Amino acid sequence: MSESITAAAGPSGAPMMEPKHADKRDKPRSLAGDAWVDLRRNKIFWFAATLVVLILAMAVFPKLFTSADPRDCILARQHGGASGSALFGYDFQGCDVYARTIYGARASIEVGVLATLLSGIIGLLFGLATGYFGGWIDAVLSRFIDIILGIPFLLAAIVLAKRFSSDSNSNGVVAVTITLGILGWTTAARIMRSSVISAKNQDYVAAARMLGAGPGRLMLRHILPNSIASFIVVLTILLGANIASEATLSFLGIGLKGDAISWGIAISDAGSYVRVAPAPLIWPSVFLAATVLAFIMLGDAVRDAFDPKLR
Amino acid sequence: MTDIKAKIDVLPGLDPRAPLLEVNDLHVEFRTQYGISRAVNGANFTLAPGETLAILGESGCGKSVTAQAIMGILDSPPGFITKGEVKYRGVDLLKLPEKERRKVRANQIAMIFQDALSALNPVFTVGYQLAELFRVHRGMSRGDAKKRSIELLDQVKIPAARARIGDYPHQFSGGMRQRVMIAMALALDPEVLIADEPTTALDVTVQAQIMGLLAELQQQRNMGLILITHDMGVVADVADRISVMYAGKVVEEAGVYDIYARPAHPYAKALLESIPRLDMKGQQLNVIKGLPPALTAIPQGCAFNPRCAYAQDVCRQDPAPPSYIVAPGRTSRCHFWRDVVGE
Amino acid sequence: MFRYIVRRLLQMVLTFFGATFFVYALMFANQDDPIQALAGERPITESVRQALTERYHLDDPFLLQYWYYMKGMLTGDFGTSLTGRKISDMMEVAWPVTIKLGLIAIVIAAAVAVTSGVIAGIRRGSIFDNVTLVITLIILSLPIVVLAPLAQLIFGIKLGWFPPTAGATPTFWALLLPALVLGSLVIATELRVTRSSVAENLRSDYVRTARAKGLSRKRVIGVHVLRNSLIPVVTLIGVDIGGLMSGAIVTERIFNVPGVGFNLFRGIRTEDGPLVVGFVSILVIVFLVVNLLVDLLYAALDPRIRYE
Ligand SMILES: Nc1ncnc2c1ncn2[C@@H]1O[C@H](COP(=O)(O)OP(=O)(O)OP(=O)(O)O)[C@@H](O)[C@H]1O
Ligand SMILES: [Mg+2]
Repeated sequence: MSESITAAAGPSGAPMMEPKHADKRDKPRSLAGDAWVDLRRNKIFWFAATLVVLILAMAVFPKLFTSADPRDCILARQHGGASGSALFGYDFQGCDVYARTIYGARASIEVGVLATLLSGIIGLLFGLATGYFGGWIDAVLSRFIDIILGIPFLLAAIVLAKRFSSDSNSNGVVAVTITLGILGWTTAARIMRSSVISAKNQDYVAAARMLGAGPGRLMLRHILPNSIASFIVVLTILLGANIASEATLSFLGIGLKGDAISWGIAISDAGSYVRVAPAPLIWPSVFLAATVLAFIMLGDAVRDAFDPKLR
Repeated sequence: MTDIKAKIDVLPGLDPRAPLLEVNDLHVEFRTQYGISRAVNGANFTLAPGETLAILGESGCGKSVTAQAIMGILDSPPGFITKGEVKYRGVDLLKLPEKERRKVRANQIAMIFQDALSALNPVFTVGYQLAELFRVHRGMSRGDAKKRSIELLDQVKIPAARARIGDYPHQFSGGMRQRVMIAMALALDPEVLIADEPTTALDVTVQAQIMGLLAELQQQRNMGLILITHDMGVVADVADRISVMYAGKVVEEAGVYDIYARPAHPYAKALLESIPRLDMKGQQLNVIKGLPPALTAIPQGCAFNPRCAYAQDVCRQDPAPPSYIVAPGRTSRCHFWRDVVGE
Repeated sequence: MFRYIVRRLLQMVLTFFGATFFVYALMFANQDDPIQALAGERPITESVRQALTERYHLDDPFLLQYWYYMKGMLTGDFGTSLTGRKISDMMEVAWPVTIKLGLIAIVIAAAVAVTSGVIAGIRRGSIFDNVTLVITLIILSLPIVVLAPLAQLIFGIKLGWFPPTAGATPTFWALLLPALVLGSLVIATELRVTRSSVAENLRSDYVRTARAKGLSRKRVIGVHVLRNSLIPVVTLIGVDIGGLMSGAIVTERIFNVPGVGFNLFRGIRTEDGPLVVGFVSILVIVFLVVNLLVDLLYAALDPRIRYE
């Protein structure tokens, strides 16, 4: 589903890398080294990276950004205006909007990162297995991917999230993480699969195989390093998508819940009061969009660095 | 040939007595992000009706770019024609407005490409792609255009032309596809045909058939043919004259017998010696040592000097050797052409 | 062509069973109390419990349950919501609205995306290209839960250009803003794919041939390049429909559009299990059918597939 973004750039999904233009210095440089030189000159990369670092800091050390307690809500302050102590004012329950927005980063990052890791692991294993062994394993797993993609993403997420969140005491982090993790791996698997297939046919891998390298060693030493870049790019973009999905699920009431602080919940709650108080809607929206933007830009920048052809 | 009159009306300044095609001092460069790549640095040749001119040279020496510049289909940017003339019957095509120029393509000068599979549009039937020419240039109705297209496919000897007109390029074999390309190029009776490695993508027997067909059609129509190729055997068979290109320059132009017998440029000589011949059985082949220069950094003086056995100091300094007239209709860009021929 | 269709049909049947099984199994299998899961946290009277058990054959073995569920769906019986309304009746009212909304969204998005994508692809590196790149980037990074409420706030409430909510029987005008929001979900990807596809095709050999044939630039691009470039864009439509369905849930809820998404949202919020299962199943079927149609369209556009 989120595949279209990457598809737009890489038609084959193969490891879309080629050594960059010959360098004038004699010292041979690795692809990663080249990419890094390129990245360092890319303003978009720095912008995105700064944003990401800022958001990560917010998630890990919210106290750096605010001393207010996001759970300190006093109804008397309902929809109170902005002030020195509450930059963005108060929401309908009288909570500090700024504090809640800062603390909301944690849930987004937590769910986003964990779900992406889960997807990455599943995608990696599936991709390696299908690409390397081919044959019926490939056929079966491909059909399996077809089935997952046969259900529109959010519908599948609704069903899954409902299933995993039957325990009404939790705040939903585990349920949402598993849901997104289970649904998000298909693109990563496909990228991995085609990387493996094209790597498998390369001479040096064939040579290594003839020299008796087993599948595990082949994958670790020869195939993985070559496909890892596009894999990471896909995961970075997926991370942004997962954060958006978390907000959407929370908005629908099947994501985070209970006393969780989440941008999605904040947007959903503020929706009913936009006419009187737009700030509780606007700020979490802005933070959410900036976070997604940061990860998409980061992914784009890294891909461009590894794949100069596609500019 | 009833169209000749119409053609004269179309092009102002057209002189039926002027040479069919004349390329003078053509320069093309590509402005890329890594620098300026001088792909063509003074290409000269003339072509008469019914004549076949072969252009030879190593890969990357600018043969295709020259052809594209003549056709006016260079990718621009990055490609720019910086200097020179391309005269068709006395009219400098480079000075024509794009609209006039467009009419010259396919009507007077047509081109066929190396890889017919990628050169044909995959999503249209060959019938459509042929008929398109008649409909756009001649304003024919669909029905008439289709009839003409079938005739054309017959002329290039595609069996069951009427049935195959609705097929897509990928449904044809390699040889048949190249015939379709030829049909397309000849549709509007051009006077000049440029064939850029028309047979490289084909296997040997098919190659011979296609070359035979080309020669036959050329004779029927008295067309001038510019044949770009690597295949010396083909050159010896069909070419009247040869232009040898090196690093974007025509270094020698001569009649085919002259050049085979006594080349007047060291590069032409080396090129001919690198061809395996039956009478050389058992001898070692001479492979030209070294590599062609990068077009972003062409050596001073004669571009061939680093690889040349005849090179002296004057060859390593600008200006580059001029075009010496070796004999009428025969030129060489070598200061020491006498030594080269004399051997 | 025939073999292609047959293969696609077989594939679709497989996906269909896989997907419905997935949905069904998740809702019912391995639950301690499937009825409680269906009814959410509301208290269940004995009669409701009995009705649900009967309705979903919960006393039968699982595969049999699934079989009944499939049989119901194939015969147009999608069940009854906890509020006692038949799902099929609700659908009948909701579909026309959603289809109208979706069509407006798709038409606008496709028109804008293809036109700008072609221009951007032709003039790569131009100001237009860079501006569209930035705009698509921004749109891509705006989740629907951000875009929909903000659009409503800005264009509906603050500026008053559009009605902020659609109401029970929405007019075209009332649907326009939600449709724009919905369309923006797919517009960025469509535009980017069009752009890169046009750029790639412009470099291909057949374009050189077309120019050598003396065709005008308009014809080279409008006929030869466009036809080839649209093939990957068409394949996107299938994926897009899924995105639109997902987006419709949020959009319809925010703009109060009484369509399928709105009903589904209410079902989720009120924990109306039967409603959710019914609606999701229908949407999955529609999605699969649309994807099949898109594949056929794809084959029609690309002869290399048609005649494989
Ligand atoms: N679109 C382009 N952009 C940049 N450089 C180009 C482009 N087209 C051609 N060139 C450069 O022009 C030079 C001449 O290319 P050309 O295609 O004319 O070679 P050629 O003589 O036809 O070789 P071959 O025998 O391999 O076909 C090449 O070095 C190439 O790098
Ligand atoms: Mg060439």
